[in-house]
Amino acid sequence: MTRLTAWFSEGRSTGKHTLPFVVILLSVTILASAANLFLPADSIFYVSTYTITLLGKYLCYAMLALAVDIIWGYCGILSLGHGAFFALGGYAMGMYLMRQIGDRGVYGNPLLPDFMVFLDWKELPWFWLGMDQFWFAMLMAVLVPGLLAFVFGWLAFRSRVTGVYLSIMTQALTYALLLAFFRNEMGFGGNNGLTDFKEILGFNLQADSTRVALFLITAILLAVIFVVSQKILSSRLGKVVLAIRDSESRSRFIGYRTDRYKVWLFVYSAVIAGIAGALYVPQVGIINPGEFSPINSIEMVIWVAVGGRGTLIGAVIGALLVNYAKTRFTAIMPDAWLFALGAMFVLVTLYLPKGLMGLYGQLKAKRNTVMNKESQA
Amino acid sequence: MSTLDSTREFFRRDQVWPFLAPEQAAVNVDNQVILYVEGLNLSFDGFKALNNLNLYVNDGELRCLIGANGAGKTTLMDVITGKTQCDSGTVFFGQNHNLLNKDEAEIAQLGIGRKFQKPTVFEEQTVFDNLELSLKTDKRVLPTLFSRLTPTQIDHIDEVLKTIGLAKHRFMLAGALSHGQKQWLEIGMLLVAEPRLLLIDEPVAGMTAQETERTAELLTSLAGERTVIVVEHDMEFVRSIARTVTVLHQGSVLAEGTMDQIQSNKDVIEVYLGEEAAAGEQA
Repeated sequence: MTRLTAWFSEGRSTGKHTLPFVVILLSVTILASAANLFLPADSIFYVSTYTITLLGKYLCYAMLALAVDIIWGYCGILSLGHGAFFALGGYAMGMYLMRQIGDRGVYGNPLLPDFMVFLDWKELPWFWLGMDQFWFAMLMAVLVPGLLAFVFGWLAFRSRVTGVYLSIMTQALTYALLLAFFRNEMGFGGNNGLTDFKEILGFNLQADSTRVALFLITAILLAVIFVVSQKILSSRLGKVVLAIRDSESRSRFIGYRTDRYKVWLFVYSAVIAGIAGALYVPQVGIINPGEFSPINSIEMVIWVAVGGRGTLIGAVIGALLVNYAKTRFTAIMPDAWLFALGAMFVLVTLYLPKGLMGLYGQLKAKRNTVMNKESQA
Repeated sequence: MSTLDSTREFFRRDQVWPFLAPEQAAVNVDNQVILYVEGLNLSFDGFKALNNLNLYVNDGELRCLIGANGAGKTTLMDVITGKTQCDSGTVFFGQNHNLLNKDEAEIAQLGIGRKFQKPTVFEEQTVFDNLELSLKTDKRVLPTLFSRLTPTQIDHIDEVLKTIGLAKHRFMLAGALSHGQKQWLEIGMLLVAEPRLLLIDEPVAGMTAQETERTAELLTSLAGERTVIVVEHDMEFVRSIARTVTVLHQGSVLAEGTMDQIQSNKDVIEVYLGEEAAAGEQA
């Protein structure tokens, strides 16, 4: 009896989507990559490099949606500034790629990136030092968002800022960073951001094989992060996080330091966003302050709302669907996209409060009851 | 020489550095008293919610707090559990734990459990999970991440489930329980944490007569082993469980004693039972 209870309380339904998700994600990725690399361009199964890059971009967004969902869907903290962590991760990667250009830039300066030569700077600012090392840049892509999230979270959650106030503060955070990164004096390329990347770790960024490799790495990391997050959220820590979402004061009264849980979850989420940003930049080929814009962060929340918050799979599906719709829609009617996005958000909030995953759950429950009735009849 | 002295002082072998001393020293109840509340004052915008309140509760006692609305019963519990900061006064748990410089979580970890007026359980989680979350364990972030239920803990939860009569509903979402069952689940969450002191706010509100009876039995069985403070409006219920009753009025203690003493106390009749007594005389 007790063993049965233990089994139930540890393996309860939480992870039932994990295995199918990982299998589907990886097999689609591998098939698409193989179709790109090994099939002739006139085959009907050929996947163009453009599509591969597009899919890689979607997967980065899916990872970002996962980060937003962990903090919003599971812990009830509506962050409208996750774009900031994404962009910071992206900038770390961008700085590395910038320094890889070396003397192949327009001005041919072996040390300084083009925009610094243009601004007539004589030496590299201190925060660009070491960014020519891949490992160091990747460390920064994780550390900087994590540290920012830690400081912000520590200040906000300790003083018990919650709800709308917190959302507004996160929005202000990303907006402040947007304005800062726009300035040329900041040393991050100002308005134009960082672009014109040549190679990563010595591999040509324009080559099909590099693109496919980046796509594969993104998919594998997404799968790993998905499984780890699932594991974390189905541990007792996950239960505490849900408890904090549903009744924070009660959680405090049974002895949990809720502010610490929130800070660490926020940091974890920011780190995922940073990784997503670092994977995004080499595939898209540019990072500029536009990534900090508040509207981006709001869009991420919509992905999660559409897919179904509080389920990791929902966040991924939402990000993929909304971004696919965005790609199609902006090709047909570019001006109408924001209206469509707004309409989608309103409709989902009104009719599908639990998103597409909630709808799936309802349909399944309905089918089950119908089947039960039939079997009784 | 003085440097040597201060170095020696620093490395005294009969003392432990403060930051190395165990935080959770056992609650000292050598004087039989587990809760000392002295000279407590608290005002909200000029309204004195607590007014020089003194209260001592013995270890293992079952104490009932009664008083009209606004007498400061819930506010007192808020101060004890760290939810509200008081203006002045002292609150000690045992002789060695000053509760006023601790936050809610620390106070809960010391072994003070609280049940709210309105039942608050984690509605989106199962009954079992609710109890698991309340277990007396290491509640820091990392240990929680890697924790696993031990067989002893599962047995303990099973036992509590039986006590609160929810054994059949263990995998039901707590939100699907009836009002009375939620009250019981919340009491179960207190029990599973094995607290030294339980603060229980209106445990029988919304319960049927039968459930009320069972609650009374449970609370009286707890006393002795644990200290229980109950706030309740239901006088019948208070009469059925109380040994000592404290009457609060306008933020301070008006009277203390057995139910009979309280009922014959003139001040109490005047302020609390006033209308009832007046009505009784007319009848």
